[in-house]
Amino acid sequence: MSKTQNPNSASSGGVHGGGAATVAAPLPMRGPGAVEAGLSVNGTARLVQIEPRVSLLDLLREHLDLTGTKKGCDHGTCGACTVWIDGRRVLACLTLALVCEGREVTTIEGLAKGAELHPMQRSFITHDAFQCGYCTPGQIMSAVALLAEGHASSDASIREWMSGNICRCAAYPNIRAAIREIRDAAGGDRHAAG
Amino acid sequence: MATMIGQPINRVDGPLKVSGQATYAYEHWELGQPLYGFIVGATIGKGRIARIDTARAERAPGVRLVMTHRDTPAQGARDESVLLEYWRADPALNGPEVHHYGEPVALVVATTFEQARAAASLVDIDYALEPGHFDFAARQDQAYAPKWLILRLPTDSAVGDFDAGFGAAAVKIDQRYTTPFEFSQPMEPNACLVVPHGEDLTVYVSTQIVDAARAKIASTLQIDPQRVRIVSPYVGGGFGSKLGIHAEAILAALAARQLSQPVKVVMTRQQIFQLVGPRPTSSQRVRLGAGRDGRLVAIAHEVNMHTNPREEYGEPTAVMTRSQYAAPNRLTRHRMVPLDLQRGEDVRAPGEAPGLMAIESAMDELAVALDLDPIELRIRNEPTVDPERGVPFSDRRVVECLREGARRFGWERRPAKPASVRDGQWLVGYGMAAAIRVHPQAPAKARVRMDPDGNAVVQTDMTDIGTGTYTILTQVAAEALDLPIDRVRVELGDSDFPVSWGSGGSWGACNSSTAVHRACKALREKLRVAGNQREGVEAEGEIAFMMDDPNYRNYSIHTYGAHFAEVGVDVDTAEIRLRRMLGVFTAGRILNAKTARSQLIGGMTFGVGMALLEAAVVDTRSGAFVNHDLAEYLVPVHADIPQLDAVLLDGFDDKANVLGAKGLGELGICGAGASIGNAVFNATGVRVRDFPITLEKVLPGLPVVDV
Repeated sequence: MSKTQNPNSASSGGVHGGGAATVAAPLPMRGPGAVEAGLSVNGTARLVQIEPRVSLLDLLREHLDLTGTKKGCDHGTCGACTVWIDGRRVLACLTLALVCEGREVTTIEGLAKGAELHPMQRSFITHDAFQCGYCTPGQIMSAVALLAEGHASSDASIREWMSGNICRCAAYPNIRAAIREIRDAAGGDRHAAG
Repeated sequence: MATMIGQPINRVDGPLKVSGQATYAYEHWELGQPLYGFIVGATIGKGRIARIDTARAERAPGVRLVMTHRDTPAQGARDESVLLEYWRADPALNGPEVHHYGEPVALVVATTFEQARAAASLVDIDYALEPGHFDFAARQDQAYAPKWLILRLPTDSAVGDFDAGFGAAAVKIDQRYTTPFEFSQPMEPNACLVVPHGEDLTVYVSTQIVDAARAKIASTLQIDPQRVRIVSPYVGGGFGSKLGIHAEAILAALAARQLSQPVKVVMTRQQIFQLVGPRPTSSQRVRLGAGRDGRLVAIAHEVNMHTNPREEYGEPTAVMTRSQYAAPNRLTRHRMVPLDLQRGEDVRAPGEAPGLMAIESAMDELAVALDLDPIELRIRNEPTVDPERGVPFSDRRVVECLREGARRFGWERRPAKPASVRDGQWLVGYGMAAAIRVHPQAPAKARVRMDPDGNAVVQTDMTDIGTGTYTILTQVAAEALDLPIDRVRVELGDSDFPVSWGSGGSWGACNSSTAVHRACKALREKLRVAGNQREGVEAEGEIAFMMDDPNYRNYSIHTYGAHFAEVGVDVDTAEIRLRRMLGVFTAGRILNAKTARSQLIGGMTFGVGMALLEAAVVDTRSGAFVNHDLAEYLVPVHADIPQLDAVLLDGFDDKANVLGAKGLGELGICGAGASIGNAVFNATGVRVRDFPITLEKVLPGLPVVDV
């Protein structure tokens, strides 16, 4: 993954993936009514009927009963809706659900292994890295991705690459402490996300 | 009995919150599919709706209802005799008049969110524009004295003869400080889901005070409060903005009643800047007169703030000046400048936050004028009794906070002269400020019962808005009942539970903890009498309003602290970066050392925002807040907050309550911004009195240095 990628660039890179330089053939017209789409969410194949204008965020929250992903601003400024598409963090509010067809979407609900919380989730609890909890799923999805990206080597780097996730309760020092603990336990900042 | 109170235990609601399982107001899937409401806001600042055509919107796919002032049922009127606005009726869509930009003019309800949002753009409206007043600076000559401030605090105060004292003072400071409109902007938008059951309504709403939400909906819709149930187990932040519910809840309730179906409404982030009130913008004149020894002989704090003409919000901006420093001659005044903007509302530490920006900056200016250390200046003006009321302080430890903070921060390394220390590209400076915050006490009740399995269940309509209520009440009950933590279950945020004043004013933790403590004591007594018949035994506890508590007449009860900040200012661009910050605080007994520290660092970070980032800007032609999103209304992000810590000096205030605890949800912001402004002065020699301190205000005054 590029070192210069914006930490919360919503979308297109991760969604289209592959980086093919060839010009694609025109896509068939779909919509504006509901259309069928298939994608995988937290390892489960989902077939949904949605209008093309539905965002990934609203698909999760209003169609799939996955409300762990939060809507804080709905226009890409707060990071509360951070999820992963094919392992890469994106903003679900700026991502149309339809462009996730055939992709693997991971949300906060998919981070724990059954009843066992992900180490980052446990570390957030230990370090009191949240208060109201509303930005927390996005912070955690970013924090885990941050380690995989190799952006947790220093506090300055963590601050910079977590700055797309606003916490108005301002648990920032505690979030960094939680991230440091997991980074150090893993012996560095490059272990696989999730 | 094991000591539970004070232990830094993890939040008991932590596992739910880190796994996305805590359900906020908009997220109650178990209730089935609701309809979606979308608010249409006025696009003028003052005038009236001349024509409104809903036909196109009504024909749009999925639309079920378009409500406007023409067809909205009659609603209750605002009742100023109700002590606090949060409990008053607040009608929506009840006339063609537009009182401020963004005021709701229609609600579109549709089967899907996307349909409602799209149809909202199809409501055709012609307005008859009227001239409005939106420019605070230009309307200062309209300032008037309100009858009182919030909670009916006195508008003015005077002791001794200020003019004579100030006139004769050897050293004088006379400066004006201005603070902008600021918004709470919690991460969860104002959201509401209303489920009708016949004549009854169940209201899932993001609110700080459940009882106030019930009263506001019932009085607005003119129905029996007993027919309204409020449910609010998790709240995604409030910071004052959810003390009262707003149009999202009133409109959802009106629509759900009319359609006899569940309806949910959430404000967009942009709408929050028009439908929730800002902290009033202020212009504050501070005059300090002192002898050469640094002792104040006169102090005056005069505040102009904006108000909506129909509904006053009197922020108690100069009220802490009545209690913080000794001086024989003193006065405080609050005046209001009417503007056609939405009413002011509470934003974290209403009063103290903007007031201490001014006073604690002025004290720094006085220290400079006296060539005296600013800590020493404050110590020399430490009062022995409350200087305006003449009553003793209950537990005042300002000086201890100042000294402990100075030691921990390394204050002795402060640059003696402004603009004298460089670290590469950066001019480096230290600043400090003292903190004081009122400790109010409000009514609360709680119930506790023993279940057959031996677990205790605590119930109160108190909320947890991120403050840690679930956790501290678990600790309080566990200690009082001598149970392990995991044998106590706390249930909050439901109007079926005993009534409280919820979370706000830094009163929630102590009110609810005291009520729970008393309920547990009463339960123990009942259990002792009951012997083996323990099942279903329950008891209640409560705490009284401060106005009915003699300690509030006989003592001055506050919390205190001291802030220390180090900033760097770029020598070429005047970019300001916080480098490190420390706060040292006292708030009686600490209920949970971990969550208390989190509250304080959160408050301090709000103070960083006030000092360096936050300002909502009014378009003085239209009355719209132009930077109405989180891209342009800047709040602190990770990168703005480097090393920042809060230290609590534990104690026990026996005048506050039986637990000796005081509130601290707002203490962290009090004075925090001023410490940063004072550090910017120390770094650069530039004093900015128009907050926030942004680089274009600093750059012209930067010293010329080597290139």
